[in-house]
Amino acid sequence: MQADRAELQFVGVIMSKHAKTAVRLGVSVVLFAAVRVFLGIAELDGLWGLLYLLPYAVVGYDVVYTAIVNIFHGRFFDERFLMTLATVVAFVIGQYPEAVAVMLFYQVGELFQSVAVSRSRKSIAALMDIKPESAVVIREGKEVEVHPEDVAIGEILLVRAGDKIALDGTIIDGNTSLDMKALTGESIPVDKAKGDSVLSGSVNLCGVIKVKTENTYGESTVSKILDLVENSAQKKAKAENFITKFAKYYTPIVVICAVLLAVIPSLISGLWSIWLWRAMMFLVVSCPCALVISVPLSFFGGVGGASREGILIKGSNYLEVLSKVGTVVFDKTGTLTEGEFAVREVCAHGIGEEELLKIAAHAESFSAHPIARSVVDAYKGSIDKSIVKEVCELAGRGLKAKVSGKDVCIGNAKLLEEEGIPFEKAKAGTLLYIAVDGEYSGYLVVKDAVKPNAKKAVEKLKALGITKTIMLTGDNQTTGEEIRRLLDIDEARCGLLPADKVDAVLDEEKKGKLAYVGDGINDAPVLACADVGIAMGALGSDAAIEAADIVLMNDNPEGVAKAIKIARKTMKIVYENIIFALVIKFGVLVLASFGVLDSMWLAVFADVGVSVIAIINAMRALRKIKE
Amino acid sequence: MKKTVKIRDLDCAHCATLMEERIRKIDGVESASISFMTQKLVIEAEESRMNNIIEQVAKICKRIEPSCSLSV
Repeated sequence: MQADRAELQFVGVIMSKHAKTAVRLGVSVVLFAAVRVFLGIAELDGLWGLLYLLPYAVVGYDVVYTAIVNIFHGRFFDERFLMTLATVVAFVIGQYPEAVAVMLFYQVGELFQSVAVSRSRKSIAALMDIKPESAVVIREGKEVEVHPEDVAIGEILLVRAGDKIALDGTIIDGNTSLDMKALTGESIPVDKAKGDSVLSGSVNLCGVIKVKTENTYGESTVSKILDLVENSAQKKAKAENFITKFAKYYTPIVVICAVLLAVIPSLISGLWSIWLWRAMMFLVVSCPCALVISVPLSFFGGVGGASREGILIKGSNYLEVLSKVGTVVFDKTGTLTEGEFAVREVCAHGIGEEELLKIAAHAESFSAHPIARSVVDAYKGSIDKSIVKEVCELAGRGLKAKVSGKDVCIGNAKLLEEEGIPFEKAKAGTLLYIAVDGEYSGYLVVKDAVKPNAKKAVEKLKALGITKTIMLTGDNQTTGEEIRRLLDIDEARCGLLPADKVDAVLDEEKKGKLAYVGDGINDAPVLACADVGIAMGALGSDAAIEAADIVLMNDNPEGVAKAIKIARKTMKIVYENIIFALVIKFGVLVLASFGVLDSMWLAVFADVGVSVIAIINAMRALRKIKE
Repeated sequence: MKKTVKIRDLDCAHCATLMEERIRKIDGVESASISFMTQKLVIEAEESRMNNIIEQVAKICKRIEPSCSLSV
């Protein structure tokens, strides 16, 4: 509640600030009109024009005040200074109505700009509305509502339907579906039951669950994500730094040009008032605000829009690099494949396939080896461990056991050779040969399953014009090559140790910008050394979030193409704004200095109007991209 | 230590970069970065001098953009 009130007050301040300015503008317009009518009827001119100082003071007192204060602080050449100078000169040369109009128009533009900025701030904030405001904790049998930060590890949270889970933890009671869209960008609800771990920021859709917390709020997923996105603005893109530097040199240069424009032609022609006026227009146009605001805003919009898709980008510089990536390097295990073994093929010899699988699964049922687990998983029936006796694991070969009184050998070719059992050698993948009572009975092919969307992910990258895709793996050539062909990847490098992967990436980087996609498990150094390191399925994996530049929250490799699309779109908007602002400004500067367009209105448009348009354009970066 | 300071009513992006530049020059500040969009300043400095530094930051911000206010 407290937070709500503070928020309301905060909004109230913004509203009243904008409203106040609007009222001031209104009063000034009325005064302006009144003075004009009065002077017209009374047929007064000359110094009577100084009556225009009245509406001018109402609309522009703060601008003039700040400009003067800034000068005392050694700060020349900012926007307010330029406006003050331009309008004061207008008064001096007797262009009274123009002076007021320029200040009015400038303030209207500033108001628009401020409204646009605070609206975009709000829409970005709404996008990141994953922050839980409170948590219900069960303490001494009572439900207490507390701030998430006050919940300790090991406490029990009560989460009702519609509530956000405040801290990471495990369900100890109840089952439900969770909406994890804010975290993963995936809109299909995820079913969770007792014993499953849940992440903060997910929304409980139905049923009441009790969650035992495993992290403090500060360490929970939701605060890590918020941190990441909010701090992304700290790593500035080159384009952003360029604009800052540009603004630093640009304004003084323009002022010098304006002075030259005022002095030189006047000395030649003697028409001081005309050339001073033109110089003033020149100054008004020159303000670099359109660029200075819209460029960071576009980047922020891109980062915000990406986070809605479950893509966390750690800095706008990575958006910039990602947009230029020509090569995408994938790690195989856990990225393109599930990282889990599964039985892909059953080839029985002399007995039924189901029977073979049953015997194999029983024999392997005592083993903890990942391959053994996959065989057990492949068998649909239930396993009766009591019929399995005398299990003997043989390292690097397989195992022997008695299943229902029969001698079973299951393992690689070496095992059967050693046992002296004749068999046919099969070709692909990891093979498990099985012999029952000394008789060869067939084999199982065990493979790491390719993710269902891996092929599409590679296709999408190619459609985006990515010139080269490479897969790195520690596996042997046969397995690596098979997956390469299956997914239509350009190149596979097999039998690599983690250190070799770093070398491979550094080697490719010499040829152009590269993105490396890995799962963060034992490839953190590779993620760190790539131009852009993308970690996949990193929810809950701290090492990956730490090392990567971009984090895909879900397990879907298609996210890489999406991230590249968002990056390109953002960069396009950035360049659009830079070019648009510079062309208009430069055009108006030239026209103004040659006196082709002698309108101060146009000059003010080239300043604030361009800013507002650029801001509106920048907000497009926030919008969802088309598939 | 790192500290985040909220700068309210920060309306001018140009001012934000200028503030950032000046804050970095304060004695004892290791790093400073202002995000115009989130209106936040992240500042890194020695803990014992932090309060003093924040005071100077407030002065700088007020000077550059008189309408803005800090909340720690």
